[in-house]
Amino acid sequence: MIRRLMKTLVGAAVLAAFAGGVAAQDSKVADEIAKYREALADGNPADLFEVKGEGLWTEKRGPKNASLEQCDLGQGPGKLEGAYAALPRYFKDTGKVMDVESRLVHCMVTLQGFTQAEVTKQWYSKPGKDSDIEALVTYIGAKSNGMKINVPATHPEEAKMAKMGEYIFYRRSGPQDFSCSICHGQEGKRIRLQELGNLTTKDGAGFAMKTWPSYRVSQGTVWTMQRRLIDCMRQARWPEPNYLADSIIALETFLQKTATGTVMETPGIKR
Amino acid sequence: MNFKFGLFFGLTVAFAGQALAEAPGGKFAKDAEQTFRSSFRADNPSYWMTRLEQDETMKTCGQYRDNPPRKIGEKLEKQNAATIRYPVDGKLIGDWKEGEKLAAVGTGGHIGFIQPDPAGKLRGGNCYACHELAKKEVAYGTIGPSLNHFGKIRGNSEEIIKYAYDKIYNSNAFTACTNMPRFGLHNWLTPEQITHIVAFLVDPESPVNKD
Repeated sequence: MIRRLMKTLVGAAVLAAFAGGVAAQDSKVADEIAKYREALADGNPADLFEVKGEGLWTEKRGPKNASLEQCDLGQGPGKLEGAYAALPRYFKDTGKVMDVESRLVHCMVTLQGFTQAEVTKQWYSKPGKDSDIEALVTYIGAKSNGMKINVPATHPEEAKMAKMGEYIFYRRSGPQDFSCSICHGQEGKRIRLQELGNLTTKDGAGFAMKTWPSYRVSQGTVWTMQRRLIDCMRQARWPEPNYLADSIIALETFLQKTATGTVMETPGIKR
Repeated sequence: MNFKFGLFFGLTVAFAGQALAEAPGGKFAKDAEQTFRSSFRADNPSYWMTRLEQDETMKTCGQYRDNPPRKIGEKLEKQNAATIRYPVDGKLIGDWKEGEKLAAVGTGGHIGFIQPDPAGKLRGGNCYACHELAKKEVAYGTIGPSLNHFGKIRGNSEEIIKYAYDKIYNSNAFTACTNMPRFGLHNWLTPEQITHIVAFLVDPESPVNKD
C-alpha cells in the first residue's frame, strides 16, 4: 500500500506539472491526456481518495459512533464487491430505486445518525474543503473494478426509472435547445477536441460508465456520477437538479442498463 | 394459412412496429416529466426555471428522438421560419472580425449555484464547438459540418447571405430537430451579432475563406 501511495504522490506531482500547461494551451489537451493516462496507469490520484474512503468506511463516526461496515449497498450488509456495478437498484427497505450515492447517504443517516443535510452539505469538494462522499464513492467504486456492470432493471420500479431516464435523455429545453442526445446520441463526434460517446449503445454507454468515479485533471478532484450529470445540465444552461434527485438516478439507471455487461475500470482518470 | 396471407400478416406487423416506435419514456413519459420538474430547488429564481419550458418544437423533437416524420418536420420548419427577425437597418453583413471573436466564445449563460457565469459575461456563438471554420483553429468539433471556405464555395450573393443569417437565427426553419441551437429565437445572439458571424462566414477577407 505504501509503495502504491508513493507512486501516486509522484504521479500527482507529474500531473500538477502537466496541468499548468493544459490551462495555457487548451488544444493540446487531448495529447497530454493520452500521455498522462499512460504515465499514471498505476498512479491515479484517485488512489488517495480510495485510501481515505476506506478509512471513512471503517471508522466509527457520527452521533451513533458507528462505522459503515454494516451498510447494505444491495449485495447484503457490508458486502462491497460488485455493489457499485449493480447500482442503481430497487431497495425494499426504502421502497425506492437508489444509486450508490443516495444509498451511501441513507447508510450514513441510519447507521451513523448524521442528518441528511450534514452528510450532503459537502457532496462535492471545493478548494480547501474535501468531500467525504467523493472519497467513499471512490472506495466503493474500486470494489467493482474488473466486474461487469449489471443493471438489467428487471424490477418494475427499476424498469420505470430506466424509461424515465430515457425520456430525460431526449428532452430538449433551454436557450440552446439542448438535450443529452444532442451530443451523446451519435457515433464518432467531437465537441472541440473532446470525443463524445454515443450513450444510446452498449459500447458507448459502457465506455462512459465503466470509468466512473473518475479523477478529473481539470478539476483536481474525483467526480462522482451525480456530479458528472448535474454538471452536464449546468453546461446545457439549465438550472441544476438537486443532489440525489430522482431525475439523476433515472438517467443513471438508463445509462447503466444500456452499459450492462461492460467490465468496470474504476477509478478512472479524465480531462 | 396460405403463404400470401402469411407474408401479408408478417409485413403488417413489421410496418406497425415501425410506425408505433415508442416515444422516449413510453408510458412513463408523464411521470418522467414530473420527476424532472420536481428535481430543482424551490428557491431557484423563476427566470432560471423558464429554461426548462419546452415550445412545440422541443416537445415534438424529444418525442421523435429528433427524427420526426417529414410531415411533422415540415410543419415545425414553417413555424420556425415565421419567427425570424432582421436588424432594423436591414443589413445582414456585419464585421467579420467581431464574428471571428463570437465564433470562438463558448462561455456565458451558465446559471445555478455551483458555477454560474458572472452577470454580463460575454455570450458567444461557440461555433467552433461543433464546426470547423478558419483553418488556423484546430480545436474544432464535428457535430456540425465543416464550414471552412463557406463563402469561397458558395459565394456571397444576397441569397447565400440571407440563408446564413436565417440558419443562425433559427436553424429549425430549415431542418426540424437539428442539433444546432436557435440563436436568434432565444435571444442568445442579437440580430447584429448574427450579422457579424454571417460576415465571418462569407467575407472573402475572413480567415474562413482566405486560408
